[in-house]
Formats: sequence, structure tokens, C-alpha cells
Amino acid sequence: MNILVCIKQVPDTTIIKIDPETNTLMREGVPAIVSPFDAYALEAAARIKDKDKDTKIVVLSMGPEQALAALKECLSVGGDKAYLVSDRACGGSDTLATGYILSKAKEKIEELEGIKFDMLMFGKQAIDGDTAQVGPQVAEDLDIPQVTYAWEVWPTEDGKSVRVKKELEEGFEILEMACPCAVTVTKPDYEPRFPTIKSKMAANKAKIPVLSAADCGLDVERSGLKGSPTKVKKSFTPPRKEGGLKIKEETPEESAKKLYDLLKDKGII
Amino acid sequence: MLQTSYEAKTKDVWVFIETKDGKARNVGLELLNPGRRLAGIQGGKAVALVIGHNCEDAVKEAIAHGADKVLLVDNEVYGHYSTDAYTAAIVHCVEADCPTTILMGASPLGRDLGPRVAGRLKTGLTADCTSLDIDEATGKVAWTRPAFGGNLMATILCPFTFPQIGTCRPGVNKKLEADYSRTAEVEKVDFVFPADKIRIKLIETIAEEGEKVDLEGAEIIVSGGRGLGGPEGFETTIKPLADALGGVVGSSRAAVDAGWIPHSHQVGQTGKTVGPKLYVACGISGAIQHLAGMGSSDFIVCINKDPEAPIFGVADLGVIGNLYDVCPALTKLILADKD
Ligand SMILES: Cc1cc2nc3c(=O)[nH]c(=O)nc-3n(C[C@H](O)[C@H](O)[C@H](O)COP(=O)(O)OP(=O)(O)OC[C@H]3O[C@@H](n4cnc5c(N)ncnc54)[C@H](O)[C@@H]3O)c2cc1C
Ligand SMILES: Cc1cc2nc3c(=O)[nH]c(=O)nc-3n(C[C@H](O)[C@H](O)[C@H](O)COP(=O)(O)OP(=O)(O)OC[C@H]3O[C@@H](n4cnc5c(N)ncnc54)[C@H](O)[C@@H]3O)c2cc1C
Repeated sequence: MNILVCIKQVPDTTIIKIDPETNTLMREGVPAIVSPFDAYALEAAARIKDKDKDTKIVVLSMGPEQALAALKECLSVGGDKAYLVSDRACGGSDTLATGYILSKAKEKIEELEGIKFDMLMFGKQAIDGDTAQVGPQVAEDLDIPQVTYAWEVWPTEDGKSVRVKKELEEGFEILEMACPCAVTVTKPDYEPRFPTIKSKMAANKAKIPVLSAADCGLDVERSGLKGSPTKVKKSFTPPRKEGGLKIKEETPEESAKKLYDLLKDKGII
Repeated sequence: MLQTSYEAKTKDVWVFIETKDGKARNVGLELLNPGRRLAGIQGGKAVALVIGHNCEDAVKEAIAHGADKVLLVDNEVYGHYSTDAYTAAIVHCVEADCPTTILMGASPLGRDLGPRVAGRLKTGLTADCTSLDIDEATGKVAWTRPAFGGNLMATILCPFTFPQIGTCRPGVNKKLEADYSRTAEVEKVDFVFPADKIRIKLIETIAEEGEKVDLEGAEIIVSGGRGLGGPEGFETTIKPLADALGGVVGSSRAAVDAGWIPHSHQVGQTGKTVGPKLYVACGISGAIQHLAGMGSSDFIVCINKDPEAPIFGVADLGVIGNLYDVCPALTKLILADKD
């Protein structure tokens, strides 16, 4: 089975700080990481490969050249090959344009590698843009079926379909779809594997081809800012909620009483 | 440049009503509130787009909650959600009527469906919006949404293409008071997606063990986190408090990962997004991914030993103390009052 895993390099949003003076995001010094859900997607692919050594995993990212570091990380934990699409014409893409670019890149990689991808895997959402739209939009561009919010993915015996355990509001569903298909992966109940020293060294040496817009045959009118129907008009840090009242009385019972009285006063309970 | 898909023929705002077993889910009914407001400013109607099977109930609810008109796509093939059939049905309706705007819930279903619809129509989709307005300069919808795990808000326009589509975070908009005496035109759309073209096959449904929780619809939620120290805390302390308040039990991911409580109770970025009137966080530190799921609650209370825990930064009332002392005392007071 040939699997394409799409990954995005993102700032670690858990440690992003707000500049108290300017009230803007302080991105400097914030480490760039592989978006966590993408790491789960890669792990899901690696687990398929653990069972079937004939599996080939290609990792793809679109972004600036710094993203090579994220791709190398992916090569050390299951990826066989990686590609980066990097071009000024891609800058400022919204999800529709990103979906278009990734689907064109997929076709180019198939040509270069001489393979067809059976499955495309994505994270449920990237933790910076947070839209969860790119996976389904690539699937739409390629006219292939999709399952979102996957916990587990495995090929059927004949290798022509995949089964997916999908998370729902109440419980799970097992779904089946024929390849080629797309899956977006949420947080399962396991963590991604760690690299070994050997796999890390190999990944560091790996050459990662960088594809331009022209390489992928992109229509630049559909890429980047030009090809994006949505425009960010402004961004701002959310009005910070004033931390409310802190209660600490002599005893926990008195604290509970004070809390109770305040909740009653305010008509909350 | 992107081709303008069409010029909107009407000033109508469509609200997609998610159904389950023919009944409307809250997330769609909530959106009729901002839907009416936006339609009013633009001088159009709020149209409920109801898709499902045997949807009489959903149609009634949509009208009672403010729809000026209902578009109904009702057939067996829509009885169970499928990306293929629902995308085709919505695109069919849009191409016939050309509305300006479509609001959908940012529920798991809406976030599966929305990007396919927008992708097919080659128009913009704004994700997970928490507030909606009209941009004065352009007359377009100004979609405001959190990104970077809630650290940044962005206001987004879709200036050139139609329809302008957004998914909206559940629980943020309040349902209008239901008025069952309202009437509205119901237009049946005769569009049947061929069942054999649905590319996903349902093999098995696995219901989560234990009782089902409706966190998204809950008015009061009491959540427990790693501070409980073990699974028993949910039974001995969190559940009794939730019961006394008439609420349901939620949790942080740390408690889920530890195996103390099923995942269906999890609130946050990888769990449910909730918007109750009262959210009580017990032994939860307030990590950004947790806040992403409950930050828009109307009133937040926390109980935590550590006065420096970030949860105090969003709590309206915070008790510094041991949850095993404070919660039972609070439960007692509530129960005493009821007698
Ligand atoms: C503040 C802000 C708000 C935004 N809001 C919107 C919006 O509402 N609508 C909109 O259309 N655009 C929006 N954008 C633009 C959007 O963030 C970018 O298009 C981004 O490149 C992709 O969206 P995402 O980060 O939300 O990814 P998601 O759709 O959340 O990502 C899902 C998965 O797709 C794959 N993926 C995503 N990006 C890449 C990539 N570059 N390379 C490889 N794989 C990738 C990964 O597997 C990822 O896990 C916004 C941007 C900002 C800065
Ligand atoms: C990609 C990703 C997605 C995630 N998604 C989610 C998500 O959806 N939801 C989520 O919740 N998390 C999520 N997380 C995890 C998140 O980062 C935190 O690890 C998690 O929320 C911590 O849970 P907690 O607050 O229960 O535990 P902790 O952070 O360990 O906090 C425990 C708190 O309990 C207090 N405490 C201890 N004992 C007592 C006592 N006896 N009485 C009172 N207080 C006490 C402590 O002071 C502390 O503040 C995600 C992480 C990642 C990387």
C-alpha cells in the first residue's frame, strides 16, 4: 500500500505568549513542531507498515524551507521519502488554495516515484490555523472519498479498501471505503513512536526534493493569496478575561459556603 | 483570479439544520438566531435547509426557532449521514437558489461536510466562528474565529465568491425562544442522491460503554481532571455535585488518557466544544487545549489547590482548595437548599 501523509510545520501553540505591551502573539523563540495530529497520522501509517513491509510512506508538506526540519523528523519515525512544495506563489494560501496545491503536488509525486497513492492521510486539524478543512478539500479536489476523525485505520485483506474507526459524538463507527481515499486522524489512545539514533542519523542525511509551483504545474491564479477566496481582514488577541474573584476562606467548608452564596446571588444556581 | 461562482440571486441566509433520526440537533437551531440577524441586516430571509429522513419534527422545530422558510430534502438516502449524498444535496440546492450566505454547525458533521461543499463550489469557508457580523465597508459577512488554540482571533471576509460559508462553534449562539405558533413556507426539494454512489460503507456502530453524555447540549457541566488522582473521584465527588446541580460530568484529557473516564466526556480541542451556562472545573489546570473547548461558557467556576493554575485566569469564581473538601461541602449546601 502506498500512503501519502500531509504534514504541516506549526509553532508550538502551547507555549505561545502574548506580548503584554502590544497585545500581539510573540512567535519569536517559539519552537516549530510537526502539528501534533499530523504526527498521529504518520504513526497510523507507520503501524500499517509495521504489519506489511511493502507499505511505502511518503510525507509531503507545503511551506517555507524551514519545514524541511519537520519533514526530516517525519523520516526518522516512519516516513520513507519526503517532499516539500515551496514557492512564493503559494504564500498566503487559504484552505481552498492549500487543498489545490497539495492535490497537484500529489500527482507530481506519483509521476516522480512511479506509484499511485492508495491513501492520503492528514491530521484532523493543524494547531495554528485550526480549520480542519485541508484534508477534505484535497479529497474533494481529487474526487475521492474521505473519513474524518479517525482513531484507527487498517487495510482490508485484499488491500483494495481501508477500514476506519471513526470517532463520533457518542461512540464509534467502523467504516469502509475503496482506495484511493483520504483519512483525517484525531488523537487516538496511543502516542507516536520515538526516533532511534540510527533512524535520526539516516533522516538527517536524506535529500528532500523541493518542488516549485512550476514543477507541480500549478495554476498560480488558483494558488496563494490570489487563489484564496477568504481574506483575513484583521487579527487580534482575544479580550483577556479578567480573572474573577479568588476564594480562600479559613476552612474549605467556609470557601464552599462563600462560593455557594455568590452563585445564588448571581442567579447562576 | 478565482472565478466568481455566481452572483447571489437573493439576500437570503441559509442555515443548515443537522438532523438525527428526523429530529433537529441543537447546533442548527442555535444558528437560526444569528441567521435571522444577518438576513435582517441584508434584507433577506432566514432559510432553514433541512436534510434527512422523516424530518417533520426537524421542520417544526426550525420554524418554531425562527426560520422564515424551510428547504426540505427528505429521503431514505439521507437517513444516515454520508459526505457524498449530503454534499451533492447542498450543492444542488445552492446552484438552484444562489443564496448569499450559509451557516453550518462546526460539529464533527459540519466540519466533515463544509469543506467538501465549499471545495465543490470553489468558494471560501471560514472555520469554527464564534461571532458573526456584517462588514460595513463591503456589506459582506465578517466571520470572527479563534485560531492558534484560542490565542488569536481573526476576522475573515469572503469578498469575491458566493456563497459565503462558515461553520460556527456549537453552544456560542443561543437558541431563540421557541414559538410553535409561527408558520413558514416549506419547499420540498426533489433531489435523490443514488444510494449506490455513496462511497462509504457502514460496517459497525460501537456505542460507548456506560451512559451517553450530551455535553454539547448541557446547561451545567462539572468536570474533573488529573487533580482527582484516580477514577473513584468521578463517582464519589464529581458525579454527586453534577447531580445536585442537575448537570452532566465532563473531564480533561489527562483523566481520559489515564483511563478514569470514557473519551466521550472529554472537553477540549480533541474532545467536545461546550457552551454551558455554568462550567465547574475541578482539579483541572486549564491547559490551552482544555480552554479551547470550554472558554465560551457563560460562567466558569474552578476549584484548584494551586492559585497559580491558569484556569483561575478564565474563571469568574475560583476556589483555592482541595476539591475533595470543597466539592462535597458545596454538594451538601445545594442539597440542603432543595429540601
Ligand atoms: C488566523 C488565521 C485564520 C485562518 N482562518 C481560515 C479560515 O477560516 N478559512 C480558510 O480557508 N483559511 C483560513 N486561514 C488560512 C489557513 O490557516 C491556511 O490555509 C493553512 O495553510 C491551512 O489551514 P489550517 O492550518 O487550518 O490547516 P487544517 O485544515 O487544520 O489542517 C488539516 C491537515 O491538513 C494538512 N495540511 C494543512 N496545511 C498543510 C500544509 N501547508 N502542508 C501539508 N499539509 C498540510 C495537515 O495534515 C493538517 O493536519 C487562516 C489563517 C490564519 C493565520
Ligand atoms: C494535540 C493535543 C490535544 C489536546 N487536547 C486536549 C483536550 O481536548 N482536552 C484537554 O483537557 N486536554 C487536551 N490536551 C492536553 C492538555 O495539554 C493538558 O495536558 C490537559 O488538559 C491536562 O489535564 P488536567 O488539567 O486534568 O491535568 P493537570 O494539568 O495535571 O492539572 C491538574 C490540576 O489539578 C490540581 N490539583 C491536584 N490535586 C488537587 C486537589 N486534590 N484538589 C484541587 N486541585 C488539585 C493541580 O493543581 C493542577 O492544576 C491536548 C494536548 C495536545 C498536545
